Amino acid sequence: MAAKKVQKQTHLKKDETFEELLKPVYKGKKLTDEISTAEDKWNLLPAFLKVKGLVKQHLDSFNYFVDVDLRKIIKANQLILSDVDPEFYLKYVDIRVGQRSNGSKDYLTPPHECRLRDMTYSAPIYVDIEYTRGRNIIMHKDVEIGRMPVMLRSNKCILHESDEAMMAKLNECPLDPGGYFIVNGTEKVILVQEQLSKNRIIVEADEKKAIVQASVTSSTHERKSKTYVVTKNEKIYLKHNSIAEDIPIVVVLKACGIVSDLEVMQLVCGNDSSYQDIFAINLEEAAKLNLYTQQQALEYIGSKVKTVRRQKLSVLQEGIEAIATTVIAHLTVEALDFREKALYIAIMTRRVVMAIYNPKMVDDRDYVGNKRLELAGQLISLLFEDLFKKFNSDFKASIDKVLKKPNRAMEYDALLSINVHSNNITSGLNRAISTGNWSLKRFKMERAGVTHVLSRLSYISALGMMTRISSQFEKSRKVSGPRALQPSQFGMLCTADTPEGEACGLVKNLALMTHITTDDEEEPIKKLCYLLGVEDISLLDSASLHLNYGVHLNGTLIGTTKYPTKFITHFRNLRRSSKVSAFISIYANSHQKAVHIATDGGRICRPLIIVSDGQSRVKADHLKKLLDGELVFDDFLKLGLVEYLDVNEENDSFIALYEKDIDQNITHMEIEPFTVLGAVAGLIPYPHHNQSPRNTYQCAMGKQAIGAIAYNQFKRIDTLLYLMIYPQQPMVKTKTIELIDYDKLPAGQNATVAVMSYSGYDIEDALVLNKSSIDRGFGRCETRRKNTTVLKRYPNHTQDIIGGMRVDENGEPIWQHKCLGPDGLGEVGMKLDSGQIYINKSIPTNSGDGVLTNTQSQYKETPVIYRAPEPSHIDQVMMSVSDNDQALIKVLLRQNRRPELGDKFSSRHGQKGVCGIIVKQEDMPFNDQGICPDIIMNPHGFPSRMTVGKMIELISGKAGVLNGTLEYGTCFGGSKLEDMTKILVDNGFNYSGKDMLYSGITGECLQAYIFFGPIYYQKLKHMVLDKMHARARGPRAVLTRQPTEGRSRDGGLRLGEMERDCVIAYGASQLLLERLMISSDAFEVDVCNKCGLMGYSGWCTTCRSAENINKMTIPYAAKLLFQELLSMNIAPRLRLEDIFQQ
Amino acid sequence: MSNIVGIEYNRVTNTTSNDFPGYSKEGDNEWDVEKFKNTFDVQIESLTEREANFDLIHIDTSIANAFRRIMISEVPSLAPEHVYFLNNTSVIQDEVLAHRIGLVPLKVDPDMLTWVDSTLPEEERFTDENTIVLTLNVTCTRNPDAPKDCTDPKILYRNSSVYAHDLKFEPQGRQAELFAKCPVVPADPDILLAKLRPGQEISLRAHCILGVGGDHAKFSPVATASYRLLPHINITKPITGESAKKFQKCFSPGVIDIDESTGEAVVKDARRDTVSREVLRHEEFADSVKLGRVRDHFIFNVESTGAMTPEEIFFKSVRILKNKAEYLKNCPITQ
Repeated sequence: MAAKKVQKQTHLKKDETFEELLKPVYKGKKLTDEISTAEDKWNLLPAFLKVKGLVKQHLDSFNYFVDVDLRKIIKANQLILSDVDPEFYLKYVDIRVGQRSNGSKDYLTPPHECRLRDMTYSAPIYVDIEYTRGRNIIMHKDVEIGRMPVMLRSNKCILHESDEAMMAKLNECPLDPGGYFIVNGTEKVILVQEQLSKNRIIVEADEKKAIVQASVTSSTHERKSKTYVVTKNEKIYLKHNSIAEDIPIVVVLKACGIVSDLEVMQLVCGNDSSYQDIFAINLEEAAKLNLYTQQQALEYIGSKVKTVRRQKLSVLQEGIEAIATTVIAHLTVEALDFREKALYIAIMTRRVVMAIYNPKMVDDRDYVGNKRLELAGQLISLLFEDLFKKFNSDFKASIDKVLKKPNRAMEYDALLSINVHSNNITSGLNRAISTGNWSLKRFKMERAGVTHVLSRLSYISALGMMTRISSQFEKSRKVSGPRALQPSQFGMLCTADTPEGEACGLVKNLALMTHITTDDEEEPIKKLCYLLGVEDISLLDSASLHLNYGVHLNGTLIGTTKYPTKFITHFRNLRRSSKVSAFISIYANSHQKAVHIATDGGRICRPLIIVSDGQSRVKADHLKKLLDGELVFDDFLKLGLVEYLDVNEENDSFIALYEKDIDQNITHMEIEPFTVLGAVAGLIPYPHHNQSPRNTYQCAMGKQAIGAIAYNQFKRIDTLLYLMIYPQQPMVKTKTIELIDYDKLPAGQNATVAVMSYSGYDIEDALVLNKSSIDRGFGRCETRRKNTTVLKRYPNHTQDIIGGMRVDENGEPIWQHKCLGPDGLGEVGMKLDSGQIYINKSIPTNSGDGVLTNTQSQYKETPVIYRAPEPSHIDQVMMSVSDNDQALIKVLLRQNRRPELGDKFSSRHGQKGVCGIIVKQEDMPFNDQGICPDIIMNPHGFPSRMTVGKMIELISGKAGVLNGTLEYGTCFGGSKLEDMTKILVDNGFNYSGKDMLYSGITGECLQAYIFFGPIYYQKLKHMVLDKMHARARGPRAVLTRQPTEGRSRDGGLRLGEMERDCVIAYGASQLLLERLMISSDAFEVDVCNKCGLMGYSGWCTTCRSAENINKMTIPYAAKLLFQELLSMNIAPRLRLEDIFQQ
Repeated sequence: MSNIVGIEYNRVTNTTSNDFPGYSKEGDNEWDVEKFKNTFDVQIESLTEREANFDLIHIDTSIANAFRRIMISEVPSLAPEHVYFLNNTSVIQDEVLAHRIGLVPLKVDPDMLTWVDSTLPEEERFTDENTIVLTLNVTCTRNPDAPKDCTDPKILYRNSSVYAHDLKFEPQGRQAELFAKCPVVPADPDILLAKLRPGQEISLRAHCILGVGGDHAKFSPVATASYRLLPHINITKPITGESAKKFQKCFSPGVIDIDESTGEAVVKDARRDTVSREVLRHEEFADSVKLGRVRDHFIFNVESTGAMTPEEIFFKSVRILKNKAEYLKNCPITQ
């Protein structure tokens, strides 16, 4: 009841996105317009995103962790007992994050302040404890055990449910999706991790080796282990890491209490004679070993177990232990009743037998239904439990130490020692998130690269990162299976967005409507199944096990049913009427004769419209109510109009794409076909007209486009930020663009493009830019670079200082100090030239001295000097105090850049190109209206790439310009080409989009008609200014005395092996001598012609004479090599001869 | 040869003129001033403060194009070039604001100023003869009279938007009397330069100097100057009845008329046609119409940014071309 009230209130709450829905015209549609289900059902999508948001998976997962999972962890580890004092106990009663027991919330430093001050955005973790002090039991509430990094926009974040004005007040961008953490000032994302599902049987076959195996990864809070049932020489064995030898399967079943061979046969094969034939041989195996009783079998297994135990157990006990806890560890054994386990192993065996009989009965590892996605919440939960256990054991050790002392003066209060270690959890969490190294002792898990710095290159790159899924699969392995596009990805994972190269197909992205489930309770579902007529497995005799359909709950057999279809229908009806969670999936597998119910977290699912009796359940009046704001997406779920299907259940359904496709067999209908793409691929106009790799390329490039990043972009101080001065929303939009607010934070400009050949500087995809367009602001961008300086304090009470500026004899500041203010920091707005100083810092020379040797402090100047080919302006100077009490100075340098030769541009169709020439406006071709292009693109870019979408974008864009409208290029929809050409013709243009142009140079008409119109162009972050490099003289490496390498070290340009070959072939050996030695590391050595070794100062130390010394020049690297060889007891001797014999 | 550029379905033919000596055996086509004088014609279609539309008839493409090019890039005009910031606490960056101010067209006769000598040291470079100083001093404050529930920043704050008309002319030296009649103002006063919020302030000086469009687009006196060739429609076979109506629809309104008595389509005003080539899509008209454009009939359209009238710009372009010819004539190489 209470929950319902809260729900109602959230409905009534004012909401900007909904306000927009209520406007008389919403997305080009008036409320009074007639509503047709076929066209307007897409409105469910914005409604879905309004409820779910773009990064809801992350937020849901984190919320589940802090609200539910934390309590579970506390419960599992709630008691701490002392080995010394049996009276003592400490019990955790409750745990909360950022909230005290009286409900008051703690003040958190706002996220933007954390970013600026290099702090961690975190909330305190409070526990309520109960413990003994002497004879008294004491309750203590709100004990802080550490701080938990808070996911932005989760329900523990101060931005949760705050409106736009509130966000503005906190310097936060309302369009920022959240879902990341701020640790030490950097934004960190925990990527979604893809894994094979846990606690499920997977059957695989290796046809070459004739091996069939069923495996199950058991995962519990305590341990992870994998159990296999494998074939070997046509016999079936059980394999487990902790058992040294493979155990014949019948022995295992006997150990589990299935002693009768008949029963074994019944459990595994039922009364199917072909299965019996395959399996019979295994019964022999047990008989050969003379194992007939359960005890014999257990002892046999016990003798094979690898143990690392302190106390010796008997062989029998080892066997019991192995069966009870290590094999199939996720099934718990109570009172040594192994029947459940026996059934599980029998079913695994049956699956193997089935796969032997029919090789098609194997599972596909790459099938998305067999995958689970692990999110931030689960990963932090693993980490937290580990740290919490460590915390408890440390705590226990420390109280044991105190309690051990025989006679204490006072009664010991355990609370005193709980605070001592409170830093462990905080720093453990911080370290893991900031380094990305997840090392858990419990599971022996050592994972690196779990977290990534949130890329703020553009809004899209940040958004794209939030939907990214990384696979656990090794990148170096050369198998195509996991990289291939799986049909089951449809609608769940974006089909276009994957990187090129080594991670291709392994890194994926979520589609627009995807939802990832969180864990649900199993017990109530189990009870529900029994109520719906499922026969309890524990009441079933072995003979009738395989007669009916088995009902599996999260992979475990819980019963059988005679009427699977009826059962499934009933179950689904309950779900559709919200009696059970919407995210529980149920489906039948007729091959296995099984009904599977899944309640576990990490399954990928998506909403679909329910179709019954050949009719869509969503009717026009529902959509009207949705537009009127009377219904929200969740109401559609509750009313049973829409439901979530996971991949497995989707496979059990019959889904129509459009309303016209519905017939009697259809069970569901798509909400909107363009949701097969993700947020990043959604930017592409007319992607369904493009060759598919082009869409993939654009997905990679859209993330490099310079544009607006967030509403708070000028308040941010990032290491490097690229911003566009005049970003525009695209003329040709897509519905996705509107949904993800790309039109509010765009990255690109609508350029008038002429597709023609011009000047020859446009070959190989180079672009011709119009100089006047650039003058007027086309493609202008800004870079903002951060420089951080910390003023350190030293143990001897000295500290770094900032000096003022030095002046010359006229009282003017010297040139180097021109940008400094009187405080020794750069003044905001000043232009910094290369070599000028913007922080005049000095460090004490005697920082190593002790406190007592109090000599007058001497300071050494260590100014921060600006070094770059182009000057910058000082945009912001920030002084603050970081977490560890040191003064922190951040200076933001800004650089304004206009496009130049070599800057990279790209359209939204994977067509990138660099600027090849900048042409004056009067030289540009022009049309009848006097319009000249901003960009000329070479037509050779089209035939081989087949980006027809780009051509249609041009025509739609042109029509939009003429019509004064923004056109849509939505995937599988959008403005129709026919309508667009009609607009062109109506406005006096040719229907094909080709115009007659005049040459700007000769003034004559061009002999061909030119495809001419606006295309949205993105400026990519690769700019010449950041890459240009040349050197004549410069630094050399210390060791080899050769020129350094790389632009950042002002390195030389290497004349490599292949270039050397060319020079040799050409015969210019003297040039080689110059390049490789004289200009590099020439070194004069004294060589003794007698011993062939090197001496010095005209003296051979080996021969102790100066007689045969010759001076010669060799590369220093060669000299170094000789000396290194000498140090290895190898004597390289030089034998010098005259080339020209006298 | 005909002087009609052929507009075909997928190509343009006969684009280059051939009335020069040595092209063909008949007639030497030698340039004749008298002939030119007799045939050349200028017709003015419309003339306003900002826009001029006129025809140059019987002139070589190269000359017409030269006028166009010169108007875009070589006719000098005045624009802010150096912006000195005294204070800028707004969100817009100095460089961006300077760029925006630079692009503001100014209403000032470029002949009133001389060129800046860039060889001089910076302190001596700018004088009252070659530089116009504009200042911008705006501070945004709250409007105490604003109604409480108001959310419009224009009412809530004063000076929340900075417009081009906020740029104030600051006469230097003799400029006060020289420009007494025509003080320097932005040609379009309502160009938005920046937005401010209470407490923010912009204070700057801009030095405006002479320049040409070839150097930077802001110095170009025209928004654009361009021409098109006069469309030419030749109906070779009579088109009547329903197809005449269809034919009419293939052109811009007012181009084709239908003779009421015969029902035949006739060309009324080819000049109004946009040459959309729509008619070429319809096969039934394939051999009844020939589209073309008159190669030596240039319909100029000159759009001024506001400093000068368009005809002045055109005349200046003529003068510049003349000076160039003059220079070439006296150039040592030609002699």
